[in-house]
Amino acid sequence: MAIFEHGDIKIEVDEDGFMQEPEQWNEDIAKALATTEGVDDLTEEHWKLVNYLREYYLKFGIAPMIRKLCKETGFPLKKVYELFPSGPAKGACKVAGLAKPTGCV
Amino acid sequence: MAEETPKPEELARVDLKPPKSDWMDPTVEFRKGTWNYTAVPDTQKYLDLPAAPKWAPTDDDWPLPENWQEIILTGMKERLDKYRSFRIFMDICVRCGACADKCHFFIGSGDPKNMPVLRAELLRSVYRHDFTTAGKILGKLAGGRKLTVGVLKEWFYYFFQCTECRRCSVFCPYGIDTAEITMFARELLSLIGLGIEWICTPLSNCFRTGNHLGIQPHGFKDSIEFAVDELEEITGIRVDAPINKKGAEILFVAPSADYFASPHYYTLLGYLALFHEIGLDYTWSTYASEGGNFGLFHSHEMIKRLNAKIYAEAKRLGVKWILGGECGHMWRVMHQYMDTMNGPADFLEVPKSPITGTVFENAASTKMTHICEFTADLLKNEKIKLDPSRNDHWISTFHDSCNPSRALGLLEEPRYCIKRACNNFYEMPENTIREQTFCCGSGAGLGTDENMEMRLRGGLPRANAVKYVHEKHDVNVLLCICAIDKATLPPLLEYWVPGVEVAGVHEMVGNALIMEGATKRTTDLRGQPLKGMEDTEDV
Repeated sequence: MAIFEHGDIKIEVDEDGFMQEPEQWNEDIAKALATTEGVDDLTEEHWKLVNYLREYYLKFGIAPMIRKLCKETGFPLKKVYELFPSGPAKGACKVAGLAKPTGCV
Repeated sequence: MAEETPKPEELARVDLKPPKSDWMDPTVEFRKGTWNYTAVPDTQKYLDLPAAPKWAPTDDDWPLPENWQEIILTGMKERLDKYRSFRIFMDICVRCGACADKCHFFIGSGDPKNMPVLRAELLRSVYRHDFTTAGKILGKLAGGRKLTVGVLKEWFYYFFQCTECRRCSVFCPYGIDTAEITMFARELLSLIGLGIEWICTPLSNCFRTGNHLGIQPHGFKDSIEFAVDELEEITGIRVDAPINKKGAEILFVAPSADYFASPHYYTLLGYLALFHEIGLDYTWSTYASEGGNFGLFHSHEMIKRLNAKIYAEAKRLGVKWILGGECGHMWRVMHQYMDTMNGPADFLEVPKSPITGTVFENAASTKMTHICEFTADLLKNEKIKLDPSRNDHWISTFHDSCNPSRALGLLEEPRYCIKRACNNFYEMPENTIREQTFCCGSGAGLGTDENMEMRLRGGLPRANAVKYVHEKHDVNVLLCICAIDKATLPPLLEYWVPGVEVAGVHEMVGNALIMEGATKRTTDLRGQPLKGMEDTEDV
């Protein structure tokens, strides 16, 4: 298992850089993971998306439907890609400390 | 898409010159973009499967058990004794080469070991060496190869470069089922803990929560309720979407991506609208919450274990029969394995449409009918009304998803639905559709980002046929009836044929469906304005 290090942060990640122990997530880890997505500065809009994902994840154990994410944050999918260039699953979910969705997705 | 992915004009230059080395000498180069990440050991342990410690195919030393050859050869013997098909497929091939240029991975990569005949030879050569008299005595002269680490690496590379689509089998004069050969090879690899993440994680999720994505019952309910809310905004009608309803007439089973991913989700809206309009007495299930079965990409045992929930849930809920959604490989499992693996489902009735009275005799044994068949029957009997002009912003073509076409024989019904729902429909060239359809290039668990170059190569023949109708008829949507298609065709088309979207057949039906008491439709199910209503604000 790979180790991701950034400043004082040291966490286990998979090949794509997703956290292996999502319960350890905190805002500093989010900032560190964001740098791997080419996002050096998490703006208010980034946090809105990340916090929404995080809250949904804590309640349901998984990411929300993409359509629901867009509607409830008010960000069209295009905007999500602007905020996180790898997209909602690979980009935003990674920063929010969620697992990578697998299957027919 | 990863930045290192070659440009389309580079990738399209396929080198067909075979390598100078003898094919019997195992050579394999795990180049970035052409293989998948290996399974996470915890997911294999969850399923009580052998698990190798986390490793990468690029590692020189693979974490193999000391007696790995013995494990595989014993496993091969057991399977040769148990499955007559396996022994026949090992013995019968005359290497005529009819399959050679039928594989999308060979067409897109030019790698001779991706010719189905040669890919199978990688396994067959070991069979000859250890299980035939000639091979035991003459070895290499009789086409036999000893099972070495090099051979094992070839197996891992090439049997995860087959999507089990069975296009080659259509052309084989002996009808050798190449998908089964791949299944056996992967099954043997799994005996020593070698698997890929994109298959083993969905498997363990499915075993834990009933679906590949790992969605729990309250998450399932949340997603369905969101879809009901959104459909109400579009149509003005609040539909009922029963979940785990005991005593319902029909159990509806769809791929989990339909209630998670896009563009799958719009097909879900189509199902919900249709079931409401005909007043169907049906139920969703949070346990049988997955139509797909990644066990098909892993081993016979996993197919059976994951599939068991379908009949079990039908029995628990007391339904009469089962209706299945737009899922691809699900139909190979439902149509060709379920009945003998987990049946007979003699507690169910032969599917009969409560709306038209049609009895689906072809499903007399499995008790499970495809939604396209069900909807085509509704249309044929004029039980629902469609306004195809609501799809006038789409110029469509249809991609026969591999398993519904080749495993279920579902060729006419989706076309019948599309032609009633859409005014604009054009077929792709005839050697690329129906039973000769070209695979998306990403099925059988290979739809990962890290495998993108191979996916784009394997998807080239399909994309090329789409490009033909895109240029000739301005086609802007590729319709399909498989969740893997809906996930993997969008990046494929974005790469090879920008400007063509991907959608499900029941999204088109849902767009066109005239619903009693509905408000005037101004947008399609995606929230895009209908043709002539472009001034309407997009949501």
